[in-house]
Amino acid sequence: MEPSTRDASASSSYSLIASDQYPDDFVLSDEEREAIEQEKGHFENPRAASIEALKIVQKRRGWVPDGAIYAISNVLGIPSSDVEGVATFYSLIFRQPVGRHVILICDSSSCFLTDYEQLRDAFTRELGIGFGQTTEDNRFTLLPVCCLGACDRGPALMIDEDLHGPVDPGDVASLLEQYA
Amino acid sequence: MATIHVDGKDYEVDGSDNLLHACLSLGLDIPYFCWHPAMGSVGACRQCAVKQYKDADDTRGTLVMSCMAPVKDDAYISIEDDEAKDFRASVIEWLMTNHPHDCPVCEEGGHCHLQDMTVMTGHDRRRYRFAKRTHRNQNLGPFIGHEMNRCITCYRCVRFYKDYAGGEDLGAFGAHENIYFGRTTDGTLENEFSGNLTEVCPTGVFTDQTHSEHYTRKWDMQFAPSICHGCSSGCNISPGERYGDVRRIENRYNGEVNHYFLCDRGRFGYGYVNRADRPRQPVMRVDSDDERRDELLDVGGALDHSAERLKKAQRVIGIGSPRASLESNHVLRELVGAEHFSTGIAQQEYENLQLMLEIQREGALPTPSMREIEDHDAVIVLGEDLMQTAARVALAVRQAANGRAQDLAAEIGIPAWNANAVNTLAQGRQYPVFLATLTETRMDDLARERFHGSAEEIARLGFAVAHALDDSAPAVEGLDEATQTLVSTIAEALMTAERPLIISGGSMGSREVIQAAANLARALRQRDRRGSLTLVSGEANSTGLAMLGGHSLDWALDSLGEGDAVVVLENDLYARADAERVDRALGAAECVVCADHQSTPTWLRADIGLPVATFAEGDGTLVSHEGRAQRFFQVYDPSYYRPNDLTHESWRWLHALHTTMEARRVDWTQLDEVTEDCAEHHPQLAGIRDAAPSASFRIKGQKLAREPHRYSGRTAMRANISVSEPRAPQDADSAFTFSMEGYNGYAEPRSQVAFAWAPGWNSPQAWNKFQDEVGGHLTGSDPGNRLFEPEPDNRLEYFTAVPGRFEQRDDAWRVARLPHLFGSDEMSARAEPIQQRMSAPYVALSEGDARRLGVDVGTELTFTIGSHRLTLPLRISSELRDGVLGVPALPTMPAAVNHEWAHLGEETKA
Amino acid sequence: MSSRLFHTSRNPETHPLTFRVRDDRAPVGLEEYQDTRGYEAVRNMLRDLSPDELIERMKAANVRGRGGGGFSAGMKWSLTMKGEGVPRGYIVCNADEMEPGTFKDRLLMEELPHLLIEGMIIAGYANNARLGYIFLRGEYVEAAHRIEQALQEARAAGILGPKVCGYDFDFDIYLHTGAGRYICGEETALINSLEGRRANPRSKPPFPGQSGAWGKPTVVNNVETLCNGPAIVLRGADWYQSLSGERSNDGGTKLYGVSGKVKEPGLVELPMGASAREIIDMAGGMRDGLELKAWLPGGGSTGFLLPEHLDLTMDFDTIGKAGSRLGTGLLAVIADNQSIVSLTRNLEDFFARESCGWCTPCRDGLPWTARILHSLEKGEGENGDIEMLESLASDLGPGKTFCAHAPGAAMPLQTALKHFRAEFEAGISHPQREAHAEPIPVGSV
Ligand SMILES: Cc1cc2nc3c(=O)[nH]c(=O)nc-3n(C[C@H](O)[C@H](O)[C@H](O)COP(=O)(O)O)c2cc1C
Ligand code: SF4
Ligand code: FES
Repeated sequence: MEPSTRDASASSSYSLIASDQYPDDFVLSDEEREAIEQEKGHFENPRAASIEALKIVQKRRGWVPDGAIYAISNVLGIPSSDVEGVATFYSLIFRQPVGRHVILICDSSSCFLTDYEQLRDAFTRELGIGFGQTTEDNRFTLLPVCCLGACDRGPALMIDEDLHGPVDPGDVASLLEQYA
Repeated sequence: MATIHVDGKDYEVDGSDNLLHACLSLGLDIPYFCWHPAMGSVGACRQCAVKQYKDADDTRGTLVMSCMAPVKDDAYISIEDDEAKDFRASVIEWLMTNHPHDCPVCEEGGHCHLQDMTVMTGHDRRRYRFAKRTHRNQNLGPFIGHEMNRCITCYRCVRFYKDYAGGEDLGAFGAHENIYFGRTTDGTLENEFSGNLTEVCPTGVFTDQTHSEHYTRKWDMQFAPSICHGCSSGCNISPGERYGDVRRIENRYNGEVNHYFLCDRGRFGYGYVNRADRPRQPVMRVDSDDERRDELLDVGGALDHSAERLKKAQRVIGIGSPRASLESNHVLRELVGAEHFSTGIAQQEYENLQLMLEIQREGALPTPSMREIEDHDAVIVLGEDLMQTAARVALAVRQAANGRAQDLAAEIGIPAWNANAVNTLAQGRQYPVFLATLTETRMDDLARERFHGSAEEIARLGFAVAHALDDSAPAVEGLDEATQTLVSTIAEALMTAERPLIISGGSMGSREVIQAAANLARALRQRDRRGSLTLVSGEANSTGLAMLGGHSLDWALDSLGEGDAVVVLENDLYARADAERVDRALGAAECVVCADHQSTPTWLRADIGLPVATFAEGDGTLVSHEGRAQRFFQVYDPSYYRPNDLTHESWRWLHALHTTMEARRVDWTQLDEVTEDCAEHHPQLAGIRDAAPSASFRIKGQKLAREPHRYSGRTAMRANISVSEPRAPQDADSAFTFSMEGYNGYAEPRSQVAFAWAPGWNSPQAWNKFQDEVGGHLTGSDPGNRLFEPEPDNRLEYFTAVPGRFEQRDDAWRVARLPHLFGSDEMSARAEPIQQRMSAPYVALSEGDARRLGVDVGTELTFTIGSHRLTLPLRISSELRDGVLGVPALPTMPAAVNHEWAHLGEETKA
Repeated sequence: MSSRLFHTSRNPETHPLTFRVRDDRAPVGLEEYQDTRGYEAVRNMLRDLSPDELIERMKAANVRGRGGGGFSAGMKWSLTMKGEGVPRGYIVCNADEMEPGTFKDRLLMEELPHLLIEGMIIAGYANNARLGYIFLRGEYVEAAHRIEQALQEARAAGILGPKVCGYDFDFDIYLHTGAGRYICGEETALINSLEGRRANPRSKPPFPGQSGAWGKPTVVNNVETLCNGPAIVLRGADWYQSLSGERSNDGGTKLYGVSGKVKEPGLVELPMGASAREIIDMAGGMRDGLELKAWLPGGGSTGFLLPEHLDLTMDFDTIGKAGSRLGTGLLAVIADNQSIVSLTRNLEDFFARESCGWCTPCRDGLPWTARILHSLEKGEGENGDIEMLESLASDLGPGKTFCAHAPGAAMPLQTALKHFRAEFEAGISHPQREAHAEPIPVGSV
């Protein structure tokens, strides 16, 4: 018999063992829960869905609030410290609120060789923020990203799910206009 | 075995080890961080690099991490190679780039593995000129301090906490050079073994917060080899003292018992030793003008008054204690005579202890050592909530379950020490552990199957499994289908296992549960299975007292009458029996003499009180539940700092009292004489002579030092009392000195080690030097002596009294005591940090009962149990059986309520 | 938006990877794929070849790993644990493409998803795998979309599922998208990530072929490596070997490419062992007014080469002998007006940031390296910095760290110092700063 992973839903609803682990101020939506459940089915072990689960939450909320860590830990039956360990490891999981649009500027070598720094400076100037920051109107968050695999179009960047490149520093303002 | 060539010398080593383990076992120094003998290798820190050559002719070689390199026969390696040394120096330099260099204010300083390794690699110049990263620290509760800036990211903490101890609330967060070890949010670390982080962490990230309260450097403390008094497991500890206070407790390595780890009760529960309200002088209660007054006495006065009062009595009854040493109990028994000696243990518990002893001595299966528990491949626990009653055993059971991972790995050639590879392969597959307990436990995650029921139901399960294993074992009638299936599952798992282990114990207070365990053992033996049986006995010396023999506490309480006097030894009777009953018994006695180190209700009720030594101020022998007699040694002499402190070992007081009564000179001035007398009188205890070396033991003609040789301030530490420095106290009772004079080395075989220190090894990693093989046994054999092994002819027959079904009642609930790691041990419950972790009192009902009563979590419920009325908030458990009322075993709760019927108070019904 | 792909006339005989790429650059759907003998290899294989024969063929073809390591795929497959009592494992396609300067797998996945699926089925059959996972980096949104679509098509057509193409072999593929972090491309870190853990690499041995995802035998191959499978099954190892002819011992073709300040950066499928000069020429040479100063042959973790190396054949052994690595075979060119110090700093910043944080040299040594390079770039370096960098580079080298991430970071640093030392020296302005002219003692016990 193989071990059953601890499924929180199967464990007792009333317990003598007090734990301060699960604040209940966060609720997964039904779709979120369903999407996570479905993802679990793709793997030998529900833990494997942890990254996808974080992405599912982030997709709907823009970021991963604290409560989601516990909620996901519950659904997957793994410790919340494991979920947080994963959430804080991966660069595309946001553990802080981000703007409506996330700009990922490739800062790797090929874009660097095609004048990425000027492009970055243009964004910084235009938005008045640096990497890791969000504009005051909550419209944009600026982040660096590993080589986007668009080296032949450097300097390249992504805004939300759109890839742009090469981008001329002079075109930054008009590019941003496409994202309300 | 394999031969390896290290820097031109040939050595024989264990071929299944990795190179680091092998070299350390040879006594060679290789620096390391992430490797740990109990947790294996992960190759993260890269500190243990050595040069490995293809053969004798290879002069270039390649760097390998010795912890990740298997020992190969005829391997050529060099530790001294320049490239290897340079690389190791670089590793330390990198580790230190972000380190705050705060050794002067760091509590790890002086027993810090990082300091040791920094010195070992010769890193003494800082070249990194850039800013350090800094972290925010967390509040991790009363036990553990947190200073993340000192972290060197060796990952040992999470590996211990999660992989080894099964904890959940400590994790590794972040990436690259910004890695953080902590909880998801501030809060108390929940795992019962969190204290080991202070030793597992090679630097000062996790420190002992109870130590911080009265911090002293390791080199400034005085130590003695001691035994934890927290439960019956007999873990070896090394308490450190300064200025007459115990400052901290660290693990003392015993390769057969606790090896590297302690539970948090044992580590942090020492505060009762330092309590300000401890009796330090004899006291006599004098009645004058309707008023009861305490009169302080000197030793002579105390003895004279007590002797006089006891002599006047028609009969003197002695009440001993399972938390006192065998020697003290023996002396009391000599004082009052065997026929008047009570062990101080309540009748029912005492009978169960005797039963367990009989099973251990004459039953079918041997009792394993704690270390051997880790080496079983199927475990069934009957009735004992191990995490609460013998936590270190629970940790050992976890290793047994996890042993499957190593066995699976071995099948495809992955060595046991390759920790992450082993875990990867095993994917959480474990050996089966079956838990049959009253309700949920903190080790449920280990369980393949859980069974929750009343004591008789647990016993019936055990009896039924025994019957399933062997037809000739008594059968159980009327089991439901689910239980029947479980019985088959368990029986099959036990039969397929090579080394099944049965665990039970006395905490349920159920004779049948213990008998069921014995039947299981016999059934396995009948089926030619090898296996073991562990019976957890309760308190530090419960097994010792059961072996010593005597009447029960109930006998003493019942027979105390007019004209009697009673001497109570280190025992609070109110914690063991109904208060009214104790009051009645003590009230009937002419005189109550109480020898204790705590101001307990019994002490306060006594006519004469004699202040006695705790484990820290005296020596003695205890017998753990595995039957291992072990000696604890006095850590310090309290009168050195407090000249008015008249604390003495109980055996000294009582022997002096005895001789005063008989107006003769004392026979015994040394512990050894008492131990010898006890051994002589009680053949079953003969082995206690060999529990430790005698007071005349010497190494190279020297006694053994209690203080590290750097101990400072000795000439001044008493200057507030007198500027002339007195002679250091002399210790007639043991081979230890109360000073740094004496042997403190490791080159000579040793088994009694007050503190582990070796040149260049100030941290607990110094234990390496005292072991025959790193992680193996101490060079002078592991401390202690087993007093019993089962009789080979297997005399004990099957028990046949299969209990009937639990008859649930509509109008009453059967009371079941729920043990708590923090709170159920009387002494540690008096320590402030433990009190912070103690549960608030409650009563517990099943979900069904709560629904039936229409009550919810937190509802204040009133129950009457015998003469007691309890009004407490309700906790509900989905796992608890209907018809049972859980009452926590906490200091404020009445002791004598187990198995009684509880009735709902009228007001609640309305 | 797709990468430029040179060569207008591509045919199956000479361009097994790219001959199907459409002029309009739309993805090649199932029908079109099958019309061009797509999935024929799978059918032939399941009909005619035992897994062992298949592996022999792969070995003979000598496809060396296109993820950058260059390990023979056939050899890897032959080492996977199989047989009695061994559970069926996994094929994992490494589609994490994050190596700076690398943009080849994107094209294969966006335009030829069925080629990858077919390649994975072949690998799955060879290795007795039960399931395949495509571990795709999260930013490849378009690729994810197209792969998902292709997987659905393949499942609907019975190509994936309990009876692959009607034969007695069950195999399915799931797409898994990542959440960032370059280290996920390291095959054992990738497996940890797939299992939902922090992407720390695992020790080797045991190799994934023994104990990989969930402890089962697992084969990790790069997208391009896998895409070579179908043509080899269809046309044989000899044909594959002959593609590279006399130029290289490594068989087949390679998706080469170039980025940086060339006129027309892009990709090209050429026989293994083409020269860098050919590839740069194809891209129209350097932009006007610029001269080539140095080049990286295959990503940020390869060593700098000079114009004098342009005629070397771009294969694993030759580039290795020149003191670099072929890596992914996608060149990045550095123009004469660009600073090697700055580029090296940029690379080391990248590697320091992307370190998983497991082992000390990488976690703590790389940030130090990067900080010294920042100093030098700003002209604030100190005497001793270059020696310090050299020593760091050596200590970050192969065998000293837990995985190949840090050695990958060390290589450009080491070669930059070797070829362009003067540029680094120019960054030194302070003999040694006052504050620590005397080294600071750390304290002793
Ligand atoms: C830090 C690091 C990053 C890597 N990134 C990738 C990657 O993005 N894609 C890839 O295919 N291989 C990558 N590799 C190589 C893989 O570890 C592995 O060798 C490869 O996936 C094997 O496939 P192949 O033999 O088909 O090349 C990386 C290696 C390292 C050390
Ligand atoms: S070299 Fe070490 S720290 Fe760096 S990525 Fe590999 S394992 Fe992680
Ligand atoms: S002890 Fe060997 S790498 Fe850490």
